This record gives sequence, structure tokens and C-alpha cells, in this order.
Amino acid sequence: MAILDKHAILERNVTLLAIFAFLVVTVGGIVQIAPLFWLENTIEDVEGMRPYTPLELAGRDIYIREGCYVCHSQMIRPMRDEVERYGHYSLAAESQYDHPFQWGSKRTGPDLARVGGRYSDDWHVDHMRDPQSVVPESVMPKYGFLENKMIEGEYMGDLLKTHAFVGVPYSEEMIASAQTDFLAQADPDSDYDGLLERYGENVNVRNFDGQPGVSEADALIAYLQMLGTLVDFSTFTADASR
Amino acid sequence: MAKQPIKKEDPSTTGHSWDGIQEFNNPLPRWWLWIFYACIVWGLWYSVAYPAWPGIKSATAGYLGFSTRAEVAADIATVEAQNAAINEKLASVELAAIATDPELEGYAKSAGSAVFKTWCAQCHQTNGAGAKGYPNLQDDDWLWGGSMEEIHLTLLHGIRSETDDDTRYSEMPAFGRDELLEEEEISQVVNYVMSLTPNVNPPQDASLVAAGAVVYEDNCASCHMEDGSGDRSQGAPNLADAIWLYGGDYASISETVHNSRYGVMPDWNERLSEAQIRAVATYVHQLGGGE
Repeated sequence: MAILDKHAILERNVTLLAIFAFLVVTVGGIVQIAPLFWLENTIEDVEGMRPYTPLELAGRDIYIREGCYVCHSQMIRPMRDEVERYGHYSLAAESQYDHPFQWGSKRTGPDLARVGGRYSDDWHVDHMRDPQSVVPESVMPKYGFLENKMIEGEYMGDLLKTHAFVGVPYSEEMIASAQTDFLAQADPDSDYDGLLERYGENVNVRNFDGQPGVSEADALIAYLQMLGTLVDFSTFTADASR
Repeated sequence: MAKQPIKKEDPSTTGHSWDGIQEFNNPLPRWWLWIFYACIVWGLWYSVAYPAWPGIKSATAGYLGFSTRAEVAADIATVEAQNAAINEKLASVELAAIATDPELEGYAKSAGSAVFKTWCAQCHQTNGAGAKGYPNLQDDDWLWGGSMEEIHLTLLHGIRSETDDDTRYSEMPAFGRDELLEEEEISQVVNYVMSLTPNVNPPQDASLVAAGAVVYEDNCASCHMEDGSGDRSQGAPNLADAIWLYGGDYASISETVHNSRYGVMPDWNERLSEAQIRAVATYVHQLGGGE
């Protein structure tokens, strides 16, 4: 019983108590979180995933800046009602290049994990300007001002570098041509072969907001239009043990 | 009595004494203790029955073989199996035969309503009333036709959909932007078009109507017809009725003539099953405007 009597030392020393309490709590964290980094059946490699293009990444920053995640989740749970409404349930790998991820838990608006390609660009423009014009029952605020804020993309290289620093596989070439790629994606008349070569054939190259130049609306719509479209679910087979 | 200090050796205290305060050693209630032990046993069973313990390469799968993915797949399969017979019937009968079979029609209407609310309501509104640029499906005015066959075809291949080669396609020229007409001619033809519906939107400047008629005859009549009644085979809207998809005032019509309009509807044959498409066609057909 001698060792049990030693707790008197802890109970009399608040600093020591704090240190030991922290260690005890840490055990729970380590047991629950640490294995996820090495277990093979929690890390699923999925075909089709690629890092965001510079324009999409800028759109994602605007998504975060405007707090879209406060009302929209990006996580389709594996339940029948969600799958029927939003599409295939989200895979962990689909957020692998998200820093931070946008799963969210609040759905004032609908889930956006697979909103890509579901509406036309025109619809998105109308909806950003005045959500109630297309969805009368919506409580979403207006984001028309995004169309008027032009971005040149001069910091896109830095943005990609930051993401590369936390593990997104952006190559030197991608970082070097970040601004060119940024401008090319919103201009279908430009030479965008390099962009497709670096990021894949399925990159959407369009004038998303229908206006000359690259506005914040271009970036945001480019981001929305690719959400959840990277994985081809006609060839994907779900492994049950994940 | 209460003031009597309790001695340290008293078996009813824990023996702890801090600043003269002592602690009674009351046992925990038995019922509480047994629930506590039962929870521990249940926890151990759970960690064996369900995926839990991490190993080197993978975690234990649990002897019950539980998997969220398998569960949702089974859930969907159950519902699909329940509806398989009627879905197959819906997908294979003649389109006209759906309305003659009450059971089939009833099913198609409710299934179609669910599909509509998931995939169509964002543009056409929950009730199908549409919005500017997104056609109203409740009225009798159809751009490409309102029979079951035509609605079915529109749903299958969409309108100006880039991902379907069989899509319905037509393109109005941008008379102003591409400088096919002079500004003067545009204002003439807009006034002429407005004169087709004098009770709804009378022309802004009646003196231009006669000149506009000539411009209309040369540039617009091949698609919109001489009387402005439109042509469904090209999706050219009727200009002589009170229904305007993009607005019937001078500014809206002028913008249409200047820049054209290019409404897009997705093709659904990749995303929805034939039964779902037929269900939603039936639903749209009975909203009020079906022909």
C-alpha cells in the first residue's frame, strides 16, 4: 500500500498535480489519435485526388474568409438519406489536401461536399448576387461584392509554398507558374495547356463569373465547381474495413 | 455530541485528516458499484466485438464484422430491392402507359416529387414555379415542348449541356455584342416585339414599331416565326404571350437582343436512373402544364 499512500505528495503540490493530470489525459489522446497516422485501414489512397489549382485554392481562402463553413458542412455521412440527397458519402482522402479541412457540423445551408457540377456557373453568379432570387426560402446573405473585387494572383506562389510546407505535394514547377495558372483557369481564351498538364485534364477552365478579369467570384465558383468531383465513383470500390 | 472530535483510529473515517477535517468512509451504494463493474465488462466486450484495438498495420475488425460502409450499402440495397419491381416496370413501359396505371402513376408522382426536390428545386423552385432565367414548369408555356415524350427527352439530355452530345441545342445570335444589328435597329425591333403584346408591355416608342417589323422579319422570324409564336423544335420562345423568362420590359428585351441568352440545363442520364427520370417527368407533367 506504500505506493498508494504517495498520492499525498500529489495532493499537496498543485504543480505536480497539474503535470500528472496532464500526463494521464495525454494517454487517452495518444491511444485514440496516434494510431490513425500509421494504420493502413484508416489511410485510404483514392484515385483521382490532386492538389487544388491556384484559382481553386484562392477560392477556398475566400470560402474560409467569408465564413461559409459556419453554415455549410463538407462531409456527407454514410447514411442513406444523406447519400440519396448529396451523393456518395465523403471519403477521408477527399480532404487530404485541405489545410484545414472544412467538414463542419452546422448545416443551416446544404452540405457542399459534392456541389461541384451540380449547378451552372450562371446559377452560382445569380445565387451569390441574390440568393433569394433563385431560392426564395433561403436565409443566405448576398455576396455580390465578390464580383467587384479583382485579384491579380501575385501571391499565389507564396500561398502554394505555404501549403507545400504542410505537406501538399506542390512541385517547384507548380509554385513557379502559380500566377500564370491562376490567371489561365479563368480565361478560356488563354494558353492553359500548362495548367492541364500540371493539374490534370479534368480541371475546369472557364470564365466562371462571365465578366472580364479574375474576380473573387471567379475563384470561389471555380472552387465550388470542383468540390467532390475528383474521385470517379463509377470505378471506386469501397473497402468495407475502413 | 457533534462537537466531540472523531478519533483518527475510528473505522468509520478514511483516516485522512487535513487541517483537522476528516472524511467518513461510507461505502458506495451497491447498485451503483454493480453498474460500474457492468460498464467495465461491457466496455471490454465492445472493444472485442467492434473495431477497436490498434495494431501495427491495422486495427482489430471486431468479431461482429461491423462496418458503417457495409451498413449504408445494405440500407440502400434494401430500399432498392423493395422498389425494384415497380422501378423496372416504370422504366420499361411506354411513356403514355404510365398515366393509365394508377399504381404506377401514384408511385411515379411521389418518387418524382422526391427527385425533383433533390435535383431540380434549386433552379425551378420547390413548387416548380421557376425564377428569372429558370422556366416555370407549372404553366402552359414550354420552350421545348410539354408532352411526356418532350419532357422526358429534355431530362435525359438537358439543354445546351456540354456533357451530352444529344443535348437540345440552339443559340440565339448576340445581335448587339457581335454587331449584327445597329443600335437603332435594336431599339426598333424591341419596340416591335413589345407591340406583339400590347396589353402586357406596350411599346416604349410606338413610332419605331413599323421599322422594327422589317428588322424582325429579316432577323428573328426564322426562329420566332412571323407571328412571334416561337418554334419549339429550336427552343425559340413565344414572343406573343405574356410569359417572359428573362423579363418583358424594354431593358430586359433589349439586353436579350444585345447579348442573347444561353440557358443551360444539365443532362440527367448519367446521374439519375431511367426510372427516376421517368418519375420526375411524370411529376413535372402533372404540375399543371403537361400536354
